[in-house]
Amino acid sequence: QMALKKMDSKTPSKKRTSSSRHWQSPPVVVIFKDMESFITKVLQDFIVISSQHIRELPLVLIFGIATSPMIIHSLLPHSVSSLLCIELFQSLSCKEHLSTVIDKLLLTAQFPFKLGEKVLQVLINIFLYHDFSVQNFIKGFQLCIVEHFYSQPLSVLCCQLVDAKKRVNSLSHDQCENIRRLPSFRRYVESQPSQKQIALLTADNFLKEIIQKLLEDLHVYHENYVSVLRCLHVFTSSLPKYPLGKQIRELYCACLENRVWETEEYESSLQLARMLNKSDLVTMLQQCVEIFVSSSGKEFDKTVEKLKEFLTQFQKLEAEAFQERDVSVSSQKELQKKTDLYHLQKTLLELKESRRSKKLTKFEKLRFEVVDYIDSLVRNYLVPADHKTLHEIVYFNTASVLRGHLNAAPRIALHTALNNPYCYLKNQALKSDGGSISNKAPDICIVYKLHLECGRLINLVDWLEAFSTVVMAVEGPNADAASSDQVDDIIQYPFSFLSTVSELELLGFIKPSKQKTDHVARLTWGGC
Amino acid sequence: MSRPERRGSGALEVKFVPDEEVLKHIADDAGIKVRKDKTQLTVSVKRFVKKLENISDNEAQEMLEEKNYVAALGICAQDPVENGSSVSGSEVYSFQTPKRSSKMAELASELAQTPGQSVAPDHSECPENTAKTPQSSKRSSSNKVQQRSKKKEFVSTTPYRLRKRLAAPDPYLESESEYSASCSEEEDEEDQKEVSTVLAGQKTPAKTKAASTPPPRNTLAKKTKEDKMSNLVEEYFEAHSSSKVLTSDRTLQKLRKRRLNQQTLHDLLKKAPLAYAAEIKELNQQHESLFSKWMLQLHLGFNIVLYGLGSKRDLLEKFRTSVLQSSVHLVVNGYFPSITVRSILNSITEEVLDHIGTFRSPLDQLEFIIKRFKEDSSLELYVLIHNLDSQMLRGERSQQILAQLSSLPRIYLIASIDHINAPLMWDQAKLSLYNWLWYETTTFSPYVEETSYENSLLVQQSGSLALSSLTHVLRSLTLNARGIFRLLAQYQLENKDNPSYPGLSFQDFYQQCREAFLVNSDLTLRAQLTEFRDHKLIRTKRGADGVEYLLIPVDDSTLTDFLEKEDEDV
Repeated sequence: QMALKKMDSKTPSKKRTSSSRHWQSPPVVVIFKDMESFITKVLQDFIVISSQHIRELPLVLIFGIATSPMIIHSLLPHSVSSLLCIELFQSLSCKEHLSTVIDKLLLTAQFPFKLGEKVLQVLINIFLYHDFSVQNFIKGFQLCIVEHFYSQPLSVLCCQLVDAKKRVNSLSHDQCENIRRLPSFRRYVESQPSQKQIALLTADNFLKEIIQKLLEDLHVYHENYVSVLRCLHVFTSSLPKYPLGKQIRELYCACLENRVWETEEYESSLQLARMLNKSDLVTMLQQCVEIFVSSSGKEFDKTVEKLKEFLTQFQKLEAEAFQERDVSVSSQKELQKKTDLYHLQKTLLELKESRRSKKLTKFEKLRFEVVDYIDSLVRNYLVPADHKTLHEIVYFNTASVLRGHLNAAPRIALHTALNNPYCYLKNQALKSDGGSISNKAPDICIVYKLHLECGRLINLVDWLEAFSTVVMAVEGPNADAASSDQVDDIIQYPFSFLSTVSELELLGFIKPSKQKTDHVARLTWGGC
Repeated sequence: MSRPERRGSGALEVKFVPDEEVLKHIADDAGIKVRKDKTQLTVSVKRFVKKLENISDNEAQEMLEEKNYVAALGICAQDPVENGSSVSGSEVYSFQTPKRSSKMAELASELAQTPGQSVAPDHSECPENTAKTPQSSKRSSSNKVQQRSKKKEFVSTTPYRLRKRLAAPDPYLESESEYSASCSEEEDEEDQKEVSTVLAGQKTPAKTKAASTPPPRNTLAKKTKEDKMSNLVEEYFEAHSSSKVLTSDRTLQKLRKRRLNQQTLHDLLKKAPLAYAAEIKELNQQHESLFSKWMLQLHLGFNIVLYGLGSKRDLLEKFRTSVLQSSVHLVVNGYFPSITVRSILNSITEEVLDHIGTFRSPLDQLEFIIKRFKEDSSLELYVLIHNLDSQMLRGERSQQILAQLSSLPRIYLIASIDHINAPLMWDQAKLSLYNWLWYETTTFSPYVEETSYENSLLVQQSGSLALSSLTHVLRSLTLNARGIFRLLAQYQLENKDNPSYPGLSFQDFYQQCREAFLVNSDLTLRAQLTEFRDHKLIRTKRGADGVEYLLIPVDDSTLTDFLEKEDEDV
């Protein structure tokens, strides 16, 4: 009877097997981090040997597996794995962790710092399409914070509301000017009456008052935003095909991006919501009530009331429907009494007729009302953040920076530099027309360009000659005059060629080859 | 922000697409829909003939292409300013390598002729120009090249892979998908040959023109296209399996006698003015403005890696002198050929931690460093590594150790990489240990230091090192031993014109030594040879007949120098 156990190390809970009851002392726990990277022979031997001494030395083995549990069977032959009493513990999938992180970090009014739509999209995309790493997501989030506070001078106001208000009072004139320069603030000023405009643009004190008010608005907006977003998610997440996404993060992105109610997806999800059945609708409404009750927003008393009213109406409807059903049952009974075919046909026709022309039932009306109400909530509270004044203070929006630092493409940078040096060196002489590079480009670009024309092996002599042809053309007729003696010319230019070739070697484009004298091999390839 | 903007419309052969449009279709793709768009991937985009089409088509095509890329990689939320860089991704990983041997010379003369330069491409000069490159001499006039230039530049840069991948025809671009660059290229070649035969005798520019106009695309072209569309993988192996390589047989030896040695090269390079110095300086200033940011981010637990064309040594050096003067820092020249992780660790334990003693393995040493840094919270260390991707450091174990080192909270690592495949060194585990922030620092400065240690292809190894080691070792030997070595050297020099010289056989050598009264027995000679071998002065090789052959692994000129020197001494 073996008592070895196998568990996923991510959940360190230990369970004693039945046989462990006989043990005098607690078993020795051995944790194997990253089981896949062990040498299988060692692992097998260890298991076999320790199984022989299990009586004297009780053991619990914990294996950490990064891939699938099936790996056990490919690593250990049956004779060994049968010695183990395996129990599997699985940690949550990384997606769930991500959801938790987003839930706790972003979908809350607790933290003043917010991510813009593009930034969030970049982070989520890196997660979904590159690494599935929650750690990297958090790293990205950290970087966003650093970047925001480093690059946005007004981020001093990105703090808890109470502190922010205090800080507003101590803003310097320059900082006030900074605020006046914010695009969102400019829009706000333009929407004000002219008297107030002047005051906003000239009087710092007045400006500070207004800023405090606006910051408070922004705070309230965030408080409400989250609750309404969750509420909307309750509705959209249960619709067939999830037009607005299954996860709340997708919905959040959509809402951040632009007015969500103007999108087609929103339209179609409303359509679908209008077809929900009653029990679903009631549970959703109950969930919404819970969300609003627990939310920190203060404006939701009325909303909660309204929703509760809907719920009671539904209950009433239920009661009514019960009665109605009685009526219909009785009418059916009536129907059954009449065996006359003609009458039957007639009543059926009547029924059909009435159904077609029938107005909406009470339930349907109510359902429309509910959906419309939710719609109005969305329109009221889910205004995209960049429509709000002073959003620049708390939102980090420069996704390009983030992508450059987290998801860099060194090869593309190299490629661009070699093919189009004008991108980096702003010299008119380098400005290229279309795809080709000019012959005045830096040597390395020319040499690179020439090497692209070659096959697997490159003859250095040809390369050198081609290069000096180009360089001499740039040098002008003086060089041409001397070109009668070819050797001399080549001697004139090789040194820049030599170093450039070594540079290309360093960059990994070529390597020396022994297949043929004075040849180098290309390391990059395409359709040869 | 000005840097990313510059990259904006910068990618090769990318037509300008208004930002709004880019934004719009990016928005279309965003988030949830990305996966659904997979069908889009099969949309055929034939780029290579786009110059034959009108511009509006081009744009639409470009858009589609970008969309595909965006959908495929899921990088949806990019800033409009960066659109350029994302497009070129498909180009970057496919390098077309045409088999024609004359391509390079052709491009060279084309480049030499590009408008806007001082030499006017008039006919009187053209033949002369082409005559300089024997390769291109079979073409009659570079005038033709110019005419073809538009098309050719296409052929040379079109991403092959894209072409293959997006094979299914798209109704929207149906008209274009008839053509394939691969076949047009072939046609080009035929076309070109035709032209050269026609023009073999007479060099009439007018005729060139007539002949070089692209011939009408016919059904044959279509057929070849079908064949060409076959698997890219097969093509790869096809290209790499055949040992036949179509290159000319010319060697540098024939070209000129004197090869430059390292030192002269270095001097020459120093003398040569740096092109575009002003622009490069501007670039550097941009990078230097980031120093304070780097410091902040290093202290926040990130490590920084620099990439981009051009030597980043000076930049890092400037960073060191301007910011790190007062703090403990370690500079690692990764490009140095004998650098090892062990030497890095040694310098940390010995210089930084003042520890005297040895360690059994680098891992022990690492353990020790980690322990010390955990214990003593006042320790701080900046590590600057030039060329983290160098030959010596790119190994799995080295990277693992460096990654673990860099993950320590008070070790701040800032490194540079240059190799195009450098990021492949790191797997997820290492990446998370390194916690990189990537910075693009394209400097365009020459890699002077970095390449100086490399055995450059064209630069003759001066052999000065070998020579000095020879003299040093021999000076410590007995007179007889020196005589023995001399004998061998002389014999080798006598045979230097014999390319199949196997070396001096042991028996012959013994005979000669005896005659010169250098040894008295077989055993003494063997003992002496062992000593030589230990100092790597000679190499022994067994021939086909089982006889031992002795060889001095130094090139002839060095050996001659050595003998001359010896003669002087004596």
